[in-house]
Amino acid sequence: MSNLVSALNGVKAKGFAEVSELGLSGMITLRGDLASKEMAKAIKDATGAKVPATRKVSFGDNGSVAWMSPDELLVLVDYAATGEAKAALEAALAGQHFLAEVVSDARAHFRINGDAAHEALSKVMPVDFSAFEAGDFRRSRLSQVAAAVWKTENGDFELVCFRSVAQYVFDVLKTAAAEGSRVSV
Amino acid sequence: MSTRLSTGGSLLNRGKAIEFTFNGKRLKGFEGDTLASALLANDQMLVGRSFKYHRPRGIVASGAEEPNALVNLGEGGKFEPNQRATTTELFHGLAATSQNHWPSLEFDIGALNSFASRFMPAGFYYKTFLFPRFAWKHLFEPFIRQAAGLGKAPKERDADTYEHFYAFYDVVVIGGGVAGLQAAKVAAKGGAKVLLIEQDASWGGRAVIDGGEIDGKSAEDFVAETLNELKANENVTLRTRMMGAGVYDHGYVLGYERVADHAPNQNGPRHRLWRIRAGQIVTATGAIERPLSFAGNDIPGVMLASAVRDYVNGYGVSIGDRTVVVTNNDDAYRTAIALKNAGLEVPAIIDARPAGGGALMEEAKALGIRVETGKGIAKVKGGKRVTGVAICAQAGEGSVLEEIKCDAVAMSGGWSPVVHLWSHCGGKLNWDEVQNHFAPDAARGPTNQDGDVFVIPAGAANGPISLGDVLADATEAGKQAAKMVGKPAKSVKAPKVESVDEAAMEPVWLMPQGASAKLRAKSWLDYQNDVKVSDVRLAAQEGYESVEHTKRYTTLGMATDQGKLSNINGLATLAGQLNAPIPAVGTTTFRPPYTPISMGSIGGEARGEIFQPIRRTPIHDWHEEQNAFFEPVGQWRRPYCFPKAGESHADAVKREINQTRNSLGMLDASTLGKLVVKGPDAGKFLDMLYTNMMSTLKVGKCRYGLMCNENGFLIDDGVVARIDEETFLCHTTTGGAERIHGWMEDWLQCEWWDWNVYVANVTEQLAQIAVVGPNARKVLEKLGGMDVSAEALPFMEWRDGKIGDFDARAYRISFSGELSYEIAVPASQGRAFWDALLAAGEEFGVMPYGTEALHVMRAEKGFIMIGDETDGTVIPQDLNMQWAISKKKEDFLGKRAQERAHMASGDRWKLVGLETLDGSVIPDGAYIPSSGDNANGQRNVQGRVTSTYYSPTLDRGIAMALVHKGPDRMGEVLDIPKLDGTSVKARIVDQVFFDKDGEKQNV
Repeated sequence: MSNLVSALNGVKAKGFAEVSELGLSGMITLRGDLASKEMAKAIKDATGAKVPATRKVSFGDNGSVAWMSPDELLVLVDYAATGEAKAALEAALAGQHFLAEVVSDARAHFRINGDAAHEALSKVMPVDFSAFEAGDFRRSRLSQVAAAVWKTENGDFELVCFRSVAQYVFDVLKTAAAEGSRVSV
Repeated sequence: MSTRLSTGGSLLNRGKAIEFTFNGKRLKGFEGDTLASALLANDQMLVGRSFKYHRPRGIVASGAEEPNALVNLGEGGKFEPNQRATTTELFHGLAATSQNHWPSLEFDIGALNSFASRFMPAGFYYKTFLFPRFAWKHLFEPFIRQAAGLGKAPKERDADTYEHFYAFYDVVVIGGGVAGLQAAKVAAKGGAKVLLIEQDASWGGRAVIDGGEIDGKSAEDFVAETLNELKANENVTLRTRMMGAGVYDHGYVLGYERVADHAPNQNGPRHRLWRIRAGQIVTATGAIERPLSFAGNDIPGVMLASAVRDYVNGYGVSIGDRTVVVTNNDDAYRTAIALKNAGLEVPAIIDARPAGGGALMEEAKALGIRVETGKGIAKVKGGKRVTGVAICAQAGEGSVLEEIKCDAVAMSGGWSPVVHLWSHCGGKLNWDEVQNHFAPDAARGPTNQDGDVFVIPAGAANGPISLGDVLADATEAGKQAAKMVGKPAKSVKAPKVESVDEAAMEPVWLMPQGASAKLRAKSWLDYQNDVKVSDVRLAAQEGYESVEHTKRYTTLGMATDQGKLSNINGLATLAGQLNAPIPAVGTTTFRPPYTPISMGSIGGEARGEIFQPIRRTPIHDWHEEQNAFFEPVGQWRRPYCFPKAGESHADAVKREINQTRNSLGMLDASTLGKLVVKGPDAGKFLDMLYTNMMSTLKVGKCRYGLMCNENGFLIDDGVVARIDEETFLCHTTTGGAERIHGWMEDWLQCEWWDWNVYVANVTEQLAQIAVVGPNARKVLEKLGGMDVSAEALPFMEWRDGKIGDFDARAYRISFSGELSYEIAVPASQGRAFWDALLAAGEEFGVMPYGTEALHVMRAEKGFIMIGDETDGTVIPQDLNMQWAISKKKEDFLGKRAQERAHMASGDRWKLVGLETLDGSVIPDGAYIPSSGDNANGQRNVQGRVTSTYYSPTLDRGIAMALVHKGPDRMGEVLDIPKLDGTSVKARIVDQVFFDKDGEKQNV
C-alpha cells in the first residue's frame, strides 16, 4: 500500500560501520505475567520463540521477543503479520490480565553492522558492547533519547527508538560511525 | 642562550624537521619535540607575561604542571587560547602566539604594574574596590574586565569534532611510567580486563629520562619489554595521549584522549572523552617537583631541575651554557651530572643542606663540579633572562657571599606525589615527615558502593621516590587491584633495582630561611597569578588561617595550572607564619579535571543538527515544505502558523481562523499524548486520577477530564475515550504525554501495585488530524467509508473504521467550537491521509492552521489551556469547573486538598473573561493592580491576565484573567497597565465569547 511510509523511508549511511533504517517492522507491546504458562504459549504461538530472560531477546521462526521490563515484552514480527500475531497473543492470553498494543508505527527500526559497529554504538550508549553477545538486549539511552538495542544471530546490531526522533537517532549514529573516527579498542 | 645540542634527545627523531611559527616568526624543530622544547631550541625562553604584574615569564617545567608557557594556538576555526606549550606536541605548520601583553611580548606596557607591585599586595582588589561606591561601576569594573583572562576568546565556530566513548574495564591504570606499566602487567596476569592510559605520546615517564637498571636491563629496555608483553595480552588496552581527568563515585573515570591535537588535519575527532566504569582504579600518576622560594625565582631561565634534565636528555636542548643547580635533595644532582655529561658547564651546585648529599654528590664532585653545602640563593640577577645568582648562607638573612655568573638556574625543592586523582572522590592524605610531602593514606581511600576502597595509588604517586621502591609499590598495587576485582593474584616478584644511597632531603620553604621582607616580596609561589611569599604571610597576618580562605584571598593556586607547583610551598609558608604543623593547615580541595579539558569534549557529538533531539510528527516534512513558522512545544516543533509569501504572522493566523470558522481547516494534532489504560481495575484507577467519573463512561463515548496532583492543583486535561469494557484511551496535553505516563506508572508501581492495570504510551503510534469547520463532515464523506453523520457519530463519541483507504478512529470532539472530527490513523499512513484530506478539501478552500489559531479559537470559546490558565497553583474550582468534579466519588487525587479552608473559600482569584472598552488587545501577562500598597511597599494586585488575543471572529481584543472573586464582579471595569505606562480599561464578562450555546459544533 503506497500510503505506508516508515519514519525515514529506508535511508542508509556508511562510515566505518553501516547504519540503515529498516523500513516498517511489526511491533507489539505486551504486558503481563512473564512467568505464566499462558504467556509462554502466547509468545510461542505468535513468534515461535521462547519468553526471553532478563535483558535478552529470543528468536523464533516468525519473529523475536525482547525483554523490556519485569512485566513487559516487545514482540517483533513482519509488519504485515502484526494483526495476526496480536490475535494469537490475545487468544492465548484470554482471561488473563494483560495488555497488547500494536506500536509498529510508534517506532523506527535501525540496523548497525560492520566489524566495528559496536564502537559506533559505544560512543552514544552507556552499554558495555565489548561483552555483548547475540541475543543480548538493552533498553537504554542513545545520546539524549531512549533506545533499545540487541545483537542478532548473525552479529549485527538492531535498534529501535521512537518514530519522532528517528532523524535525530540516524544523524547521531551516522556521526558516531563517521569515517576516520574509529576508536580501535 | 638556550639552544639545540648537536647530539642527544631520546624522544626526538632528528631525521624529520618540522616548521612552525611563534608570534609570526618561522622556526624549526624536530619530530618528537613539544612546542616548549622547540621554542627553547630556538632560544625563545620568554613565552608570556604573568597575569597581575605582567612580569616576563619563561618556561619553568616540561609537563602538565607548567604555569607559564600558555599560548594562543591555531587560527580561525582551530584557534584555542591557553594551550600549554609543554604538553603541545609539535606538528608541521603549528602557529602559536604569546598571551597577556601589549603591545608586544618583549615590550609590555602592563609591566608597569610590576613597579607598583608593593602597592598591590594580597587582597588589594578586595580592599580597594569597596570604596568609593560609584567607582566600581565606572572605574574598577571596566579595568578588571579589560585585565581578565590570559588568552583571547575564539571568534569563529570550532572547526573540529568531538565525541564520547563509554568503556568498561576491571582495572584502569592511569599513568604509563614504569609504575603504571608494572601495575598493569601484574593486574592483567590473573585475567583482569585492563586499560592503561598515558597522557604523553610516549611510554616510560621519568625512568626513561633518568636511566637506571631494572632487572639488569636499562629502563628503556624494561619499558619496551613490558609494553610488548602488555600488547600481546588481548585483555589489555593501551592508550597514549589520554589523561585521567577525573575520578568519580562508583569507579567512574573520565579519560581525556587528545586524538588529533598533534595531527590537526587528520580525519576524525580532535578529542574523545572516555566515560569509563572501572572495578578498580590504579593511579600511577608520578610526582611533581617543587620549586624553591628565593628572590627572583620567576626570572626566565630559572627552571625545575627535572625539567632541565628532560630538555637535555629527552630533547637535546640546553637551557644555558652555565647552569647553577640549587637543591634541598639528592635528585637535582642528576641534573648537574646530565648537564656535565652533555658537555655543559655547571659552575656550582648550591645545596641548602649543611651536610650535603649522598652518593650522587660524590659522583658530581668526581666530575669536577663545585658543591656548596648549607648555602642558598639570595637572589637571581637579570630581567628577561638570568644573568647570575648571588649566593648566601641558607641559615642567614641573605647577605651575599659571592655572585656567580650563569644563564640558567635548575632548582629542586623536593617532590610531591600527584595525589589529585586519589583525592577527587575523597581519598585522604598523610604528611610524610621524611620526604616532606603529602601522600595517600591507604586506610582512608575513596570507597565504592560496597564500602571498599576503589582507588589504589602506585609508585611515586603513593610516596616512594627511588626506582626500586616505586616498582615494588607498583607490583603490590597490581596484585591488590587483581584481588579486588576477583581475579587470582599471581605471585609476582618486583623487579630488582640496584639501590642508590641517597641522603635525606631537608624541607626548605624559604631561601634563605630568614629572607628579608624585600627578598620575600620577590620570592614567587604562584607564577601565573603573581603570588609571592610576602602575600601569603600578609594573608596570615590579616587573619586568614584556613588554607581555602588564603587561597581565595591571595589567588594562590587559582590560575589555570590549579597550583600544581605552588600549592605545597604556599601552604607550608602559611603553616610557618601561623606557627602550625603543615598537616594541621592541610591542602585545598583537589577537584577534577586534573588539567583543563576542552569544552568541545564535554559537549561531545551534541552540536549543530544534533545539539538536541527535535521530535517530528509524520507530517513534519510537509510543514517544512510549506515554510511553516515553528514554535517549540517540549522537544516537538509545531507550526505556529503557515504564513504565505509576504504575509505577517498575525495576518496568517487571522486568515487561518477565518477559513476554519467559515469553511474548513486542518490541524496536525499528532503530538497530543495518547495513553492506553487497560485492566479489570482500569475504571477504578481513572476515577482516582481524574476529578470526574470515568468508570461510568460507555464504550464508544468520550469524556473531557481534569487531572490534579495530591495538592489539588490542576496538572493536565484531555478527552478520555472508552474503547472496551477494560480499555480506555486517555488523551493528554502535548507536553504532558511522558509526564502523565510516568505519573500513572508511579501510582501503579508504588501505591496501587495490587490493582490490575497496565498502561502503554501509544502517542507516536498514531497520526492525529483535526478536521474542523462547517465543511468538516462533507470532506470526510467525500473520502468515503465510515458514516460520520450526526446520527451515526454524535458529539463526544468515537468510531473505528475506514475513511477512504485509511485505518481510522474518528473522534467527534471539538476544541474550536466548530463541527470537528479528530481522526487518528497509524503514523505510517499519516502523511498520505493528510495529503488526501488536502486534495479532498480543495473545493472548500481547506487550509492547515497552526497552534496560534488553535489557541485563539479555544479562547473565543472560553476553553482553558494547561499552562496558560494554570500555573501549578490553580485548582479546577478557580476555573469555575465544578461541573468536572465528581461529588459522588469517595476519593480522587486532589480531593482532600481541595477541601482545605484556603482552597474551599470563595476568597480566591477566579477565571473571567475581559473585554477592552476600546477593543484593543491587553498586553500578554499583564497584572491587574488594585489600590494601595502591601506591607512591602508594593502595589496591591487583584488578578492577572492568563490569555489575551486579537479575535478575528469578533474583530476585537479578548482575554481571560484570574481576578479576585471575579465571577461575582460581572460588568465591573478594571484598569490594566500597559507596557508604555498608560493603561487600558476592560470590563469583566463571561469567559465564553463566541457561540455560547454550542450551536456550531452540534450539527
